Amino acid sequence: MELSGGEIIVKFLKDEGVEFVFGYPGGAVLHIYDAIFQQDDVRHILVRHEQGATHAADGYARATGKPGVVLVTSGPGATNAVTGIATAYMDSIPLVVLTGQVALPFIGSDAFQEVDSVGITRPCVKHNFLVKRLEDLAETLKKAFHVATTGRPGPVVVDIPKDVTDPGIKIPYEYPQEVHMRSYNPVVKGHPGQIKRATNLILSAKRPMIYTGGGVVLSNASQELTEFTRELGYPITQTLMGLGSYPATDRQFVGMLGMHGTYEANMAMHECDVLIAIGARFDDRVTGKLSEFCPHAKIVHVDIDPASIAKNVKVDVPIVGDVKLVLRDLLAELRAKGKQPDAEALDAWWAQIEEWRSHNCLTYDRDSELIKPQFVIEKLWEVTGGDAYVTSDVGQHQMFTAQFYKFDKPRRWINSGGLGTMGFGMPAALGVKLAFPDDEVVCVTGEASIQMCIQELSTAMQYRLPIKVVNLNNRYMGMVRQWQEFFYESRYSHSYVEALPDFVRLAESYGHVGMRVEKPADVEGALREAFGMKDRLVFLDFITDQTENVYPMIAAGKAHNQMHLAPQCKAPQSSERELA
Amino acid sequence: MRHIISLLMENESGALSRVAGLFSARGYNIESLNVAPTEDPSLSRMTIVTTGSEQIIEQITKQLNKLVDVVKLKDLTAGEHIERELMLIKVRAEDATRIEGFKALVANYGGKIIDESEDICTAEITSDGVTLDRLLSEIDRDDILETVRTGASGIFIGARSLRI
Ligand SMILES: Cc1cc2nc3c(=O)[nH]c(=O)nc-3n(C[C@H](O)[C@H](O)[C@H](O)COP(=O)(O)OP(=O)(O)OC[C@H]3O[C@@H](n4cnc5c(N)ncnc54)[C@H](O)[C@@H]3O)c2cc1C
Ligand SMILES: Cc1ncc(C[n+]2csc(CCOP(=O)(O)OP(=O)(O)O)c2C)c(N)n1
Ligand SMILES: [Mg+2]
Repeated sequence: MELSGGEIIVKFLKDEGVEFVFGYPGGAVLHIYDAIFQQDDVRHILVRHEQGATHAADGYARATGKPGVVLVTSGPGATNAVTGIATAYMDSIPLVVLTGQVALPFIGSDAFQEVDSVGITRPCVKHNFLVKRLEDLAETLKKAFHVATTGRPGPVVVDIPKDVTDPGIKIPYEYPQEVHMRSYNPVVKGHPGQIKRATNLILSAKRPMIYTGGGVVLSNASQELTEFTRELGYPITQTLMGLGSYPATDRQFVGMLGMHGTYEANMAMHECDVLIAIGARFDDRVTGKLSEFCPHAKIVHVDIDPASIAKNVKVDVPIVGDVKLVLRDLLAELRAKGKQPDAEALDAWWAQIEEWRSHNCLTYDRDSELIKPQFVIEKLWEVTGGDAYVTSDVGQHQMFTAQFYKFDKPRRWINSGGLGTMGFGMPAALGVKLAFPDDEVVCVTGEASIQMCIQELSTAMQYRLPIKVVNLNNRYMGMVRQWQEFFYESRYSHSYVEALPDFVRLAESYGHVGMRVEKPADVEGALREAFGMKDRLVFLDFITDQTENVYPMIAAGKAHNQMHLAPQCKAPQSSERELA
Repeated sequence: MRHIISLLMENESGALSRVAGLFSARGYNIESLNVAPTEDPSLSRMTIVTTGSEQIIEQITKQLNKLVDVVKLKDLTAGEHIERELMLIKVRAEDATRIEGFKALVANYGGKIIDESEDICTAEITSDGVTLDRLLSEIDRDDILETVRTGASGIFIGARSLRI
């Protein structure tokens, strides 16, 4: 089969099993768009801004586990995509981003819409390629998908000069079934000696703690994690990125840890004697003050990326490998040993944890006349049966959702953790909805975040994607306001969100349904009404309490036992637990 | 601690910028870096001299290994190795005895004179960095027109090798 470069790209995507390409046309990719026009195997989703394309592809990838694919033009198309590429990079999400480039003879001449896309994206991609020969195109695309989806996943950019896709030049095409890269062979199987050492340490624990992260989700290892955790009977906490990979409604789950983690999770981290870290990267929002992180614990760390191990925290038993395979090996080794954990010690440990838990750190004022954001999320959880795909933007609403929507399944909670990109939520929800048209998809957002990619309401209309948008409208960049209240004596510098649009009418002008909710008593009814409208995008504008804060909170640089708790929470305010 | 990291990477455009970018983005020190193709033209060999605590050096080697273009990497400092650096040095002295002195010094350091004319003399010396520093300290700064150094290259002693 003889194909042009543009045709090769489209044919390759089909052969690779790609369902959707999220993109936006422009000069450098017109040949590719022409090839897209002439087929209907691969569906192109036209966004309204290239950032939206990357977030939508990212949401699709997070929900399905398959790589998200993006197509943008050179210059501004590529630079607009950078935020989304960096977002995916920080959370290890597989994306393949095709950027158009000026024709080869023009590269380096400051040609129209030329930017050094490979150079600009280099620090925020797993790898990138510039295709210099048509003969290399198919193989390069194969490598891009291979690198993006294996090992520690991540975004890969393929920069394609316009002349490489020239419709006038055709070469034979065959789908490259296999790819071999001598420089890239991620280790997936844990070292047997390390598995043995880890098992011994795990069984020796008197106050064990399992701490897991996004790696479990990425490895599709929920089942193995659940089995492992139940078998041991140990408490488990998860990072923001790990939520859902162990059922949040299970008794052994003590909630999220870290800056806005639960009292019981953070206290248990501080007091544990063996920490079993699985697919988590000891982020500073999780560890707090490093010198006081898990001061009594020996640490086992499972991660596919050797560079994640011992990066921030010294580890006693490192295991490089894929979570799924390593957990299987650990389980097999545990069973082969036939030894049980120390039941007496474990009982005492659980008694302590239950005492911490009894203080109910996620309490809030339920008698308020104002809508509390936590209340909306609790109701959202009820109304959706805890089974929706929930995306979020960045801010207080993100934390409230993480705390109050109890995710029992992996890949249901979709948010930007590492980069914290406002504007992520709604386009991500569109990507999810395309993948799972029959499931409920909700974007929880804030009035500031939603405005960063609001234009994608138009994309949602064009493709009839009936997601629900839950806007927790506190008229503040709440997360910023909270820091200013705590650390800058309530000087609210530029965190008030002035001149807001009328979101109801805004949604309506895009052809959607808008609803404003102002009283707690109306919250549940509004949600039920919105979810009743199966084929409509409904934008719910909840006017919430402007002054609500996210608790617990560990100030940056403080230790796990130095939490700031909600005024309603009766946990002992130990002298150590001070706040600036 | 000073470390000499030697690596083989795909000989592709942009490979060097990935390494340089990694060092600047993560704030690692770089004392010298050199790179050239090997006997296998598809591979380049790079030698990086860097300093840092054991923990930082561990991160540097892990992050370098993580670069998709890097095929293989060894920390030469972890084993017995030889370190060599080439220096070219050009001096000028009106006074013939100073030129003679320079030549004698170069000979003493095992170097050779590669260009000579009237009052100008250029020498080539290969040694380790410390020795080259010592040699330089023995020459009057006013006589030196220019020097150029390659930065260290290194190789393991004995059969141990960095190869694929
Ligand atoms: C406003 C805000 C507040 C936040 N507050 C908190 C907070 O209170 N608590 C909190 O936890 N986070 C919080 N975060 C998120 C935080 O910034 C980090 O994104 C998050 O903690 C990182 O999660 P993780 O450790 O699970 O790592 P991820 O970024 O999910 O990384 C996954 C790790 O798993 C590894 N991995 C990937 N695939 C595999 C595999 N197949 N097998 C083995 N290993 C694999 C990777 O190498 C990596 O080390 C907050 C973010 C924002 C924006
Ligand atoms: C693109 C971007 N710019 C700035 C920030 C810093 N930031 C983090 S949270 C936040 C406020 C978000 O406000 P809103 O969307 O209303 O959410 P709320 O905290 O009020 O729930 C800001 C500005 C960011 N995370 N992303
Ligand atoms: Mg807000």
